[in-house]
Amino acid sequence: MKRPYKGLEIDGFTLGEQLHAGGFATIWEATNPKYRTPLVMKVPTILDGDDGPTIVGFEVEQMIMPRLTGPHVPRVMGTGDFDVMPYIVTEKIRGGSMLTTFRKAPLPLSDLLEIAARLVDAVADVHRQGVIHLDLKPENFLQRPTGEMVLIDYGLSRHDRLPDLLAEEFRIPMGTYPYIAPEQYLRARNDPRSDLFALGAMIYELAVGRPPFGVPQRLKGVRRRLWRDPVPPRALRPELPEWLQEIVLRALEVDPLRRYQTAAQLAFDLAHPQQVKLTRRATKLKQDGWLQVFDRWREVRRIRQFQAPDSVASQMASVPIICVAVDTAPEHEELAQVLHAAVKRMLVIEPDARVACVNVIKTARIGLDQMTDDRGNNLHVLRLVQLKHWATAIDLPEERLTYSVLEGPDPGQAILDYAAQNHVSHIMMGARGHSTARRYLGSVSAQVVAEAHCSVTVIRQTEKRPGPAQAPGEGMATSGREAAGEVAA
Amino acid sequence: MQLAILTDIHGNREAFEAVLDDVAQRGIGGIVLLGDIVGYGPDPEWCCDRAERLVAEGALCVRGNHDNAAAGAAESMGGLARRAMDWTIPRLSAGQKRFLAGLPMTAATGETLFVHASANGPKDWNYVTSDLKAVGSFRATTARVIFCGHVHVPLLVSRDLSGTVREQGFRAGFPFPLLRSRRWLAVVGAVGQPRDGLPQAGYALYNTDSSELTFRRVPYDNGTTAARIRAAGLPEELALRLMRGE
Repeated sequence: MKRPYKGLEIDGFTLGEQLHAGGFATIWEATNPKYRTPLVMKVPTILDGDDGPTIVGFEVEQMIMPRLTGPHVPRVMGTGDFDVMPYIVTEKIRGGSMLTTFRKAPLPLSDLLEIAARLVDAVADVHRQGVIHLDLKPENFLQRPTGEMVLIDYGLSRHDRLPDLLAEEFRIPMGTYPYIAPEQYLRARNDPRSDLFALGAMIYELAVGRPPFGVPQRLKGVRRRLWRDPVPPRALRPELPEWLQEIVLRALEVDPLRRYQTAAQLAFDLAHPQQVKLTRRATKLKQDGWLQVFDRWREVRRIRQFQAPDSVASQMASVPIICVAVDTAPEHEELAQVLHAAVKRMLVIEPDARVACVNVIKTARIGLDQMTDDRGNNLHVLRLVQLKHWATAIDLPEERLTYSVLEGPDPGQAILDYAAQNHVSHIMMGARGHSTARRYLGSVSAQVVAEAHCSVTVIRQTEKRPGPAQAPGEGMATSGREAAGEVAA
Repeated sequence: MQLAILTDIHGNREAFEAVLDDVAQRGIGGIVLLGDIVGYGPDPEWCCDRAERLVAEGALCVRGNHDNAAAGAAESMGGLARRAMDWTIPRLSAGQKRFLAGLPMTAATGETLFVHASANGPKDWNYVTSDLKAVGSFRATTARVIFCGHVHVPLLVSRDLSGTVREQGFRAGFPFPLLRSRRWLAVVGAVGQPRDGLPQAGYALYNTDSSELTFRRVPYDNGTTAARIRAAGLPEELALRLMRGE
């Protein structure tokens, strides 16, 4: 087996400087005349003899990484076989890792929120592709110059549709101690919510400057988090908002079932802070008392595992975010009612869905818009009130209903943007009927159907069947039959 | 190149045709038949001729125990198989028997070996039903990937760098990467008589460039095949098992 060195040529790649030497792998600059972007090559450091964990971890990485796409993962240019020299070549991400940012924590709230949202976005994207990362930590997030976080190092990851080679070979908990989830301590490798726990621990660290469970050196120190809750962030930094503490402590719940259920849900709360449902978590300023901790310890002692979902895909599908675009204009009142009924029916099929109601204020492309009505009422507030009124009879607890009034010259685009930013899995909206003008100028619902990256359900009021281009006599006959039918019914 | 790997057709014309139709829609570069073209099913002549035509067009084909028996060799068989074989033999022409008798025991392309049963002693027709039973095959050849049939239940086994042989779970219909750091043995499910509880015809697609394997299932008109088994006077069990995939 070959070993890497500066100047080595392999499969068209030429190695440059060594950039990093870690415990399990070395990272090298690499070039290939086929690619103009700078490249890096990762080569596992395989010790002589039996080095199972490193080999299997690298096999997992070679298997998973080429299957991932999009801005939140590095693009893979090549992989090398174990019989010559195992490697993975990817694009080089120009921005550095998040480690430098985490060293500056605690961060100002606005920076913290932006970084947190970007971290969660990257994880949501990887989950969407059926992968649980299982080793989230600041070093494994690189930021592109354009802002997107890139998630690297898939040596402990698990893919929905690929074999879990690591679970077969090892029976020890794997992960990075400050961020590892309780169920990972219990050897579970099949729960995407483990990644949400790690994200919670990272956001906690960004907020207060230290990880929630310290930096345990040994496995025993990891076990404590099964019963010992972290110091509430607001006890360490009182100016933090209650909703942020709510979000962080919810992500850090011991039982995965009490956490956010998907990265999309966590991202949603970060994007709608004013509508986060506050619980006891939000206001507590001290760790739980010893009696409560003792009770938890007794309970947890018996626990061997938490219930995990069947797959990443099924977990994501079980708690969808449904975006309902509501037109509150008086002339579409009936349509709004039909849409209302359709949403209620949808909630029978999707009982755990979160419903995000949106309404769009159409603004002019050029010039200033008057955002108040004739009597000086704020249009934005007015629409919000109407939206809430529309949703009152939808029987959902408030934390699962949100309202957003969007603005834009192109209502369809505003809905599409909102859906993309909030990881919406389903859009429901009304179609405002047929008119010649709509047919030629295009309708909002048609645009959303054509361009959305998720499912779209368009609701229409059942209309009388049109009789296009019929001879007058035939038309008469049709309506005559209908009338007869009504009488008969 | 994408290879379609079919095995244990067992005289089931409807299943064979359905799989070949499925294969035709997938831009296949080559076809491999892992033997047992005849036996059990009501259409040994048609399946034999179709296989011969595929071979003439470039397909690889190895010999199975039922092919061997149909060509006149003495094979020990269970009661059901024997009764079906006694029905089959007089139906085959001399040419068809010559074709079956002329099939090789193994075939290979590049790093891949094709054989009907276990690769150690192919003429012993050993069943590879578990990772333990696959160990011998890995010892008998240096091929990185071994494909076999004979069992009628799909199975995937890997042998890693340290020599550990282990069964791997897989999901039908999804490409599974046969990691280049390991050696692999895949038992392909039967076209003409599946026995894993699913009545659909089984076969496999193997991409030799990306080293990805997909186990596929294709529905076919098993009701017709069952009816023809009954009409031919073959044992009723043979018709029933096609309906249940057992």
